[in-house]
Amino acid sequence: MGTILFELALTCYFAVAIIGIIELFKGSKDLSKLMLFITSAGFLLHSASFVFRYVSAGHLPITSMHEATSFFAWCIVIIFFSIEYRYKIGIMGSFILPIVFIIMLSSSVLPREIRPLGPVLQSYWLGIHTFLAFLSNAAFAVAFGIGLMYLLQEHYLKSKHTHGLFKKLPSIQVLDEINYKLITLGFPLLTLAIITGALWAESAWGSYWRWDPKEVWSLITWFIYALILHIRLTAGWRGKRAAVLSIIGFLIVLFTFFGVNLLLKSVHSFL
Amino acid sequence: MKVLVIGLNHKTADVETRERLAFNGTKLDEGILGLRNICGVKEVALLSTCNRVEIYACVHDLQEAVESIKDFLASFHNLTRNDFEKSLYTLNGTDAVRHVLRVASSLDSMVVGEPQILGQLKDVFDFALSKKTTGILLNKLMKKAISTAKRVRTETKIAENAVSISFAAVELARKIFTDLSGKSFMLLGAGEMAELAARHLVNNGVKEVAVVNRTYERGCELASEFNGRAVRFEEFLHELVQMDIIICSTGAPSYVLVKEQMNKVMKERKHRPVFIIDISVPRNIDPEINKIENVYLYDVDDLQEVIDFNIQERQKEAEVAQQIIDEEVDKFIKWMSSLDSVPTIVALRRKAEEIKNEEFEKFRGKYSDLGEERLKAVEYLASSIVNKLIHPPTSALKEDAEDRDELIAMIKKLYGINGNNHEE
Repeated sequence: MGTILFELALTCYFAVAIIGIIELFKGSKDLSKLMLFITSAGFLLHSASFVFRYVSAGHLPITSMHEATSFFAWCIVIIFFSIEYRYKIGIMGSFILPIVFIIMLSSSVLPREIRPLGPVLQSYWLGIHTFLAFLSNAAFAVAFGIGLMYLLQEHYLKSKHTHGLFKKLPSIQVLDEINYKLITLGFPLLTLAIITGALWAESAWGSYWRWDPKEVWSLITWFIYALILHIRLTAGWRGKRAAVLSIIGFLIVLFTFFGVNLLLKSVHSFL
Repeated sequence: MKVLVIGLNHKTADVETRERLAFNGTKLDEGILGLRNICGVKEVALLSTCNRVEIYACVHDLQEAVESIKDFLASFHNLTRNDFEKSLYTLNGTDAVRHVLRVASSLDSMVVGEPQILGQLKDVFDFALSKKTTGILLNKLMKKAISTAKRVRTETKIAENAVSISFAAVELARKIFTDLSGKSFMLLGAGEMAELAARHLVNNGVKEVAVVNRTYERGCELASEFNGRAVRFEEFLHELVQMDIIICSTGAPSYVLVKEQMNKVMKERKHRPVFIIDISVPRNIDPEINKIENVYLYDVDDLQEVIDFNIQERQKEAEVAQQIIDEEVDKFIKWMSSLDSVPTIVALRRKAEEIKNEEFEKFRGKYSDLGEERLKAVEYLASSIVNKLIHPPTSALKEDAEDRDELIAMIKKLYGINGNNHEE
């Protein structure tokens, strides 16, 4: 049942990704309402798939790479909805939802069997640490999409291309504001995720910090976002520069998440 | 009864002709009453704006009415028919209805999509109502025109894109700031176009207005007009740090703001975005400034390009609007033909027949013991009463009387006949 729900959610996300891309290139008709509707349906199916998996596994379904990626996508949709709810930027879906689909797609090709919970993971930190980590990563993912939108709109304004997508994109000030908000949301969450991770490591392995690749790359991510916030407040690096940095930041997030697990040897490799 | 439109507009007549045929002020009163008194003109309304003069009428005999209206126009304005006849267009039937809907929806306007015409048409309608010169046909047509215009407005993007410098400036500002209410605005210099744009920005709620002028007194004058403050020319660079939107229109022969100066300003304002509109010719602001991050500089040619593109967009939307109008014209024509007497006569007969049959069946149920022959006699009696009763209204409907449309509408109402009326 959980698998069927997952497939249905994946199909919904696929549909919105396609609609989103059509909306980017064509469309005098506004498809954003339809997009939101299908995304909501996908989100509900997706949530239900977690519930079923939780019931059949008997523990939180965030312990395999398949589950974690799926959970990551789910968190991005949450952040997407909260921003959409506050700012009502129909075209935003075209930038965020394809990312959700790609992440879900990679989740769907990963091995799906439910594994018994290893001794290290049998801890209340599992829920807290992963939720904080993924929510912060999701905020950075949306900031990435918003950063792309900013660069595009900025380019249109500078080059005086004032039609097509220009009309659909919101003002650069709003995009910059959202970008800033997302990073001020994601950064403390990441900080807490690292702290809870350290506490968990201490209780599981006996030391807070072991310079494991996952830890190192998380720290690099943390520094990048700390830098973004810092130079924004001190040197006024806003707008385009902030957008570029948030795009780079998310690429590092992706590496920390996928790259470290696939390429480097890490104690965190149960994910 | 036929719908007729006689008129001229900015496309068919020059300003002079339009002025000579305009019905201004009290002339409107006299004009509409004069038209009303023309023999054969049953209903009439009169529109007179700076771009068009149009007479909407319902008439019996087209040819005759057209001639009398032209004569009336000539005598009313002390002209000869030759003075204006070649500028006039005369439309009737479906074409006339379509024309009215097009005018209301602003497809026939000089600037397609500009909203004023709808308000003007509403005034025309109210005025005609107050003078009691319109009847059921024109009233319906005007209502149709207004509802169609609203449909066009909501279902197409015809009025969405800015087609003037000041609107384009605000539209662009909204793509940089979204909300202008917290923003500071500086008017550098003066000039008609700049002041118009400034006024539009102020109407859109900019928080603070600073006016810079080489002559301080002139600056003060303008500043009080915009509820702002005057700034001496020497101090404008210093003030620039606080400004989010700048409109520049000075008569200076060279740049009043160059890249190095702006670089400094941007550093001081921590790179918050600035929108600069340079409408001066020759340009007063170094175009290189557009290359600075977070500075968006538009000169008059840039704005013109935005506008040109938007005009094309409106033309595209006008095609969509045309489909809506065709639909609505169809509905109106159907409604008009439902006013034709034949369907009403048929419907009236059917209704009477139905009532008779129904009542007779009831009677037959109750008094079935009367016997077939007597029942036949009763049915005959019922039929003849019904026929006698509907004879006067049907024969009145058949007559080609002046007030037949009203009669049809009235009979429909009295007998509760919906006929083939397709209206909402």
